[in-house]
Amino acid sequence: MISFIAKRLAQSLLVMAIVSAVSFSLFNFVGDPVNNMVGQDATREQRLEIRDKLGLDDPIITQYSRFVGNMLKAEFGLSYRIKRPVDDLIAERLPATLELVFVSAVISLFFGIILGIYTGIKRNSWISRVILSTSLAGVSLPTFVIGIGLIYLFAVHLRWLPSSGRSGVVALGWWKTSLITLEGWRSIILPAITLSLFQLTLILRLVRAEMMEVMRTDFIKFARARGLSERAINFRHALRNTLVPVITIIGLNIGGLVAFSVVTETVFQWPGTGLMFIQAVNFVDVPIMAAYLVFVALLFVIINLIVDILYFVVDPRIRLGG
Amino acid sequence: MLLEIDGLNIAFPTRRGIVNAAKSVSLSVRAGEVLGLVGESGAGKSTIGNAIIDLLEAPGRVTAGSIRFMGEELRTMDADQMRDVRGKRIGMIFQDPQTSLNPLMTIGAQLVETIEKSTKLRGRGAYDHAVALLEQVGITEAVARLRAYPHQFSGGMRQRVVIALALAGDPDLIIADEPTTALDVSIQAQILDLIKSLCRERNLGVIIVTHDIGVIANIADRVAVMYNGEIVETGDVAQVLGAPKHVYTQSLIAAVPRADTKLDRFTSVDYIEGNTASFRRIDIQNHWLGKSQRHDHTGDAIEVSNLNLSFVLQKAMLKRNRRMLKAVSDVNFTVQKGETFGLVGESGSGKSTVARLIAGLYKPDSGQVHVFGKDINQNRKAPESRAARQALQMIFQDPYSSLNARMRVLDIVAEPIRFYRLTDSEQETRTIVGDLLEHVGLGAAAALKYPHEFSGGQRQRISIARALASRPRILICDEPTSALDVSVQATILNLLKDLQQELGLTMLFISHDLPVIRQMCDRVAIMRHGEICEVAEIDAFFEAPQHSYSKHLLDLMPDMNLLTAPTSKV
Repeated sequence: MISFIAKRLAQSLLVMAIVSAVSFSLFNFVGDPVNNMVGQDATREQRLEIRDKLGLDDPIITQYSRFVGNMLKAEFGLSYRIKRPVDDLIAERLPATLELVFVSAVISLFFGIILGIYTGIKRNSWISRVILSTSLAGVSLPTFVIGIGLIYLFAVHLRWLPSSGRSGVVALGWWKTSLITLEGWRSIILPAITLSLFQLTLILRLVRAEMMEVMRTDFIKFARARGLSERAINFRHALRNTLVPVITIIGLNIGGLVAFSVVTETVFQWPGTGLMFIQAVNFVDVPIMAAYLVFVALLFVIINLIVDILYFVVDPRIRLGG
Repeated sequence: MLLEIDGLNIAFPTRRGIVNAAKSVSLSVRAGEVLGLVGESGAGKSTIGNAIIDLLEAPGRVTAGSIRFMGEELRTMDADQMRDVRGKRIGMIFQDPQTSLNPLMTIGAQLVETIEKSTKLRGRGAYDHAVALLEQVGITEAVARLRAYPHQFSGGMRQRVVIALALAGDPDLIIADEPTTALDVSIQAQILDLIKSLCRERNLGVIIVTHDIGVIANIADRVAVMYNGEIVETGDVAQVLGAPKHVYTQSLIAAVPRADTKLDRFTSVDYIEGNTASFRRIDIQNHWLGKSQRHDHTGDAIEVSNLNLSFVLQKAMLKRNRRMLKAVSDVNFTVQKGETFGLVGESGSGKSTVARLIAGLYKPDSGQVHVFGKDINQNRKAPESRAARQALQMIFQDPYSSLNARMRVLDIVAEPIRFYRLTDSEQETRTIVGDLLEHVGLGAAAALKYPHEFSGGQRQRISIARALASRPRILICDEPTSALDVSVQATILNLLKDLQQELGLTMLFISHDLPVIRQMCDRVAIMRHGEICEVAEIDAFFEAPQHSYSKHLLDLMPDMNLLTAPTSKV
């Protein structure tokens, strides 16, 4: 197992090296940063001075190794627009995004698995049909339409929940959370549902398909023939076998939640890294874009590593060899 | 009576109307008795087993009759009562031990769960009982094995675990649905002995559902023969197998290959085939198919020398960490022109790998394969090598997966002709395909259909037609009939024999079934762990085997002395 993880770690490092090269290349391809930093009326001397300060005249290799060196120290330089260190900006915004992703992951996993099991076992009941046809909407409607629809219904029409922003924030050390106040929950619930809906549908349909597959296997029939209760068959025997393939997709999807949060955060003006990224794109704020890219890639790599380790925990055939 | 079934009807409503899987079936089992329920696929024998414990697959249901178990009517029980019968009073054993156990739970967890469900034992008591059960079914070091997962057991061991699970609730009746079909002969004998001895010790009633007359002859006390949903004959095993009364039973028993004497042909089974439409036999020697080819074939048909092949089980950077499986180890033999050479062994012995090496599907690590004197692995692009491959065709075991489901039979059979450009026109190709299909007993009309419209035996005929289409001189048959029923097996083997005589083919015939080998082959090689133990003339092998493993294999053959002596009713 240790050699397996070591191999995976080496692969992850390779991925990160490629991503860092891509994000570094942003600096050279997305226009001249100096133009974006100084006013129209800046003199040539001022421009040269900034160029020099940013090290833009050094050879590419030097610039890249400096970039990687700084990346390892989690330093991504100054934001062109806000003129503050990018790592500080990300650290400030990160709790908002992570909490949003966490809440929507819990929602989509919880409801996705429960409803998937239900519709997999009672495939012909009318409740299953309703769930399945509703879930189609979850896949086919784009996230921003769902978000705007929810805002219209709950914030504008019913006036139960705030339409945007993140309120009720409490600082726990450097981590600013909105999950311990009622106000915070009121503001996170709509964006979290919006973000989770697509993943929820996907997990639901996957669990349902796997469940139906597993229910047809011989060992379920044999468990029935031994007189085990339906509950033991469904949850102890069937569910765990369902989870092996589901874990892969779930792992990738949590990464997807981070990626999709860009749209959701924009719709709900959620002050997370996604919103920051969109703003950075608008102003060609390359350091933020580069840092965000590296950050999302790192998240994907970590999640995939966790998924691989989870296989070992769930499936003895991988853990113990054939 | 432990179990009495009376007038049972089972119906499966389908789109084309109701299919009656069982028609007024009546059966009874006493305690301490093994009842064999024998029949071919589709006869409805498994359906009866499932109906007893109310596990019929939807949309099947029992429409009439009674199932009385120890005086109680099972049909009127509700779901909860039925769950108490399952496991506690009636145990079930399924065919495939590879899939009967939950792969993610330890054997111990599955046993303890079942014991706690069906007895009053809890915790420590249940655990101790699990250990005792494993020991009873002949698993040593039971305490350590309880912590193991199903994939860490061999097939035979898994079937023992399945039996332990079926016994966990201390049932009075065991229904075993093809319990040994997925196992090797040597394991099969052990499992049957185990079931028999458990039956005697615990005074259990046992129903063995099987298609295998050999299993019935070995284990059953009484036997019921099923055909097309009906029980056609019931009685003492010696009486039914020795002096069958019903025509179906007679033809079924006649179709079982014999190991004791070699017959010219397999007894034909008109009753079962039912299909009397005779197809045009073509004069194949003077037909395109029998015409000699450009390449003259001299010397031995196949010569295999010092063949070696290993598979990598576990990859590793360092050579010493790699785990290799020696699938074929220093194999030598020669197949002479026109003979049928048998290759026998249990699963994993490497017999199919040898076939694939000869067909050029695998490349050997070392050693040579010569087909009519040409090394097939030397310069595979050369015309001689191509001709050697054309002269050698293969028929595979599974008629379901060896035909492309998206291609019409015409295209399947014509593919080798088109590939080797053997004809001048498409019209000629179609005529030849038609003739071929007639000759293998399918009729030219079959050309426009798709494989799924055919039964297993008919599909195997398509495979044979395809193999013949390139005008081969050598046929490699890899277990060509082991997926088929006995009656179908007899007709397919007869067809192969006829074709071999008409065309003067050389055959390499791979099988695990010794009686079939005796009927088909002139010489035989016995394989074990990738090595050849013995090569012998067929009669010499059966009468005086030299190698200890050969003797062992012959000892394991089911005793067919109960069966009626073969009459040459051709």
